[in-house]
Amino acid sequence: MDRFVFLTFDGLSRGAVYAAFALALVLIWRSTRIVNFAQGAMAVATAYAGYSVSAATGSYWLGFATAILGGLVLGAVTERVVMRFVDHASPLNGVVVALGLVLVIQGVLGMIYGNEFRPAGAPFGRDAFTVGGVALLSRFDLFVFAAVATVVGLLALLFRRTATGLRMRASAFAPDVSRLLGVNVGGMLTLGWALAAAVGSLAGMLVIPTELGLHPNAMDVVFVSSFTAAVVGGLDSAIGAVLGGLIVGLLLSYVSGYLGATVAPIAVLLLLVTVLLGRPGGLFSRAAARTA
Amino acid sequence: MSAGGGEDARSALRERVPPETPVTAPPRRPGNAWYLSGIAGAALLIVALTYLLPPFRTYQLATVGAYLCVTAGLTVLTGLNGQLSLGHGALMATGAYTVALLQQATAGRGPWTLPVSVAAAIVVTTAVGAVVGLAAARLRGPYLAGLTLAVAVVVPATTSTFDGTFNSDQGLSVVLDPPPGTIAVERWQAWLAWTGALVTMLALAVLVRGSFGLRMRAVRDDETAARLAGVSVARTQVLAFVVSAACAGLGGALFAVLAQSVSPGAFPLSLSLFLVMAIVIGGLGSLAGAVWGAVLLVALPALAHTVTEDIEVQRLEGNLPLALFGITLIAVMLAAPGGIASLRPLRHLRRAERERRAMRKT
Repeated sequence: MDRFVFLTFDGLSRGAVYAAFALALVLIWRSTRIVNFAQGAMAVATAYAGYSVSAATGSYWLGFATAILGGLVLGAVTERVVMRFVDHASPLNGVVVALGLVLVIQGVLGMIYGNEFRPAGAPFGRDAFTVGGVALLSRFDLFVFAAVATVVGLLALLFRRTATGLRMRASAFAPDVSRLLGVNVGGMLTLGWALAAAVGSLAGMLVIPTELGLHPNAMDVVFVSSFTAAVVGGLDSAIGAVLGGLIVGLLLSYVSGYLGATVAPIAVLLLLVTVLLGRPGGLFSRAAARTA
Repeated sequence: MSAGGGEDARSALRERVPPETPVTAPPRRPGNAWYLSGIAGAALLIVALTYLLPPFRTYQLATVGAYLCVTAGLTVLTGLNGQLSLGHGALMATGAYTVALLQQATAGRGPWTLPVSVAAAIVVTTAVGAVVGLAAARLRGPYLAGLTLAVAVVVPATTSTFDGTFNSDQGLSVVLDPPPGTIAVERWQAWLAWTGALVTMLALAVLVRGSFGLRMRAVRDDETAARLAGVSVARTQVLAFVVSAACAGLGGALFAVLAQSVSPGAFPLSLSLFLVMAIVIGGLGSLAGAVWGAVLLVALPALAHTVTEDIEVQRLEGNLPLALFGITLIAVMLAAPGGIASLRPLRHLRRAERERRAMRKT
């Protein structure tokens, strides 16, 4: 039972990260119908930048801020320089271009930093508090929850309460009409990519210290888990992404806790197949056809 | 349009289509004899090359052959059927591990063991491909890409979970009998790999030119129209995936024979991305593009190796080709989605000439 409680909390903490990352995927999917397969690589790139700044200045938080800002810039540049010019005639094109980005980013990171794992520090201890002999959460887990909750809250505020958020939703929903009404649709797209990449960078900063450390491929498996989370929730739904993230986090935690860590990716694959074949619109979708 | 417009348009149409125009004349297609002579010529060329090239180049030639099996199959799947798979590295691993396991059990019992192992590898991979393909037929675009990506990521996890069979990260060695007679090992490997590659190319060429190829292209271009025309979309997609998986299994098996070992490190996610990249750069939609892709997969890393050898920066090796591949891929997708195979200036001229002649006749 103790073990179950610990695994549950651990799973929720992991799930919060997947939720943030899935949210970033959903942000881009909703406005452009592209699943950004380069999201993991982009997050790794900004994490490297963040840890370089941390190492140079000695301050974790300066590096943290660098990573998030780097995400904003990288996302905007990616949209302006590359993604804007993708031919959307076939849904494959966006995927293939994103894969090209993955190769470029991983290649460049490998050239600059080398292909060995580097330690990535965390701002808080990762030893779990114990309550009545039961290990529950570490201070780092609390930090993860707080950071993800803040981001989800800020995004909800942005989309529900601000004029910019309204314009972004309008651009995603009906780009041509929005353009006629004077909305800068291109600008909204760039903003969407920037925000998504920043959220992805945050997720990277939160997950990399709990994995093996910094490596050009550090986010490959995280990306698959987060993609699964987004699909579980339905790629169109922000709330679904958060719930999907928590479900995937719990599943991974229980599977690695009871069956062994190597089984976890297989469990994710099985979950993905089950959801895609059973409810391709996501567990929380209403009866609406998926066309893309 | 006025009331008499319909009549006018009909008479205009009658004038434009002269009655003697043979409406049903099919475009001339190369027959099977043409293919066979092409394959025979290629085989002669390969044999000649294995005697002319130094051993290392011969080994590279063999690698091109093994890659060609996979890129040709993937071209059929992605280029002709419109299904993007990021999991072909995993399918190659399936074929490679099957060969390794069977060779461990049977090597040394006679010359029949290797062909049997390779055939078994194709069968096993085809079965795995059918399972993935059944799921794939219900998915589109990014959903399919995500699912196959998950398949590619699962390879190392599978080898560690069942490490009694697959021996985790260390992998297995492939026990092989020495080549018959006094044939050099590399030459023997090149012959084996290219036998597989040429058989694959011949089979796929025949398949693609036939009605199955027509159905695949119909499904790719417009699923609804294809369905209306009586094509079973799901069956076509599953079949395309199965054919492509069989090719990947053969390619993986040949890889195991060339490297004489298999390990999860040989089939990383980047291998699957490289395969997609190769066929996109080579040119989707034509088997000639697959040849270009296979050549690139061997030539580009080798080229980067020669460059970095002189600079002596260790980090560049392996990463430089990665970045080059990526940049080329993005540039090709943005500028020339047809790939190398479409970059034939003569093709445009020839088409223009044909059209002019047709104009003059009418």
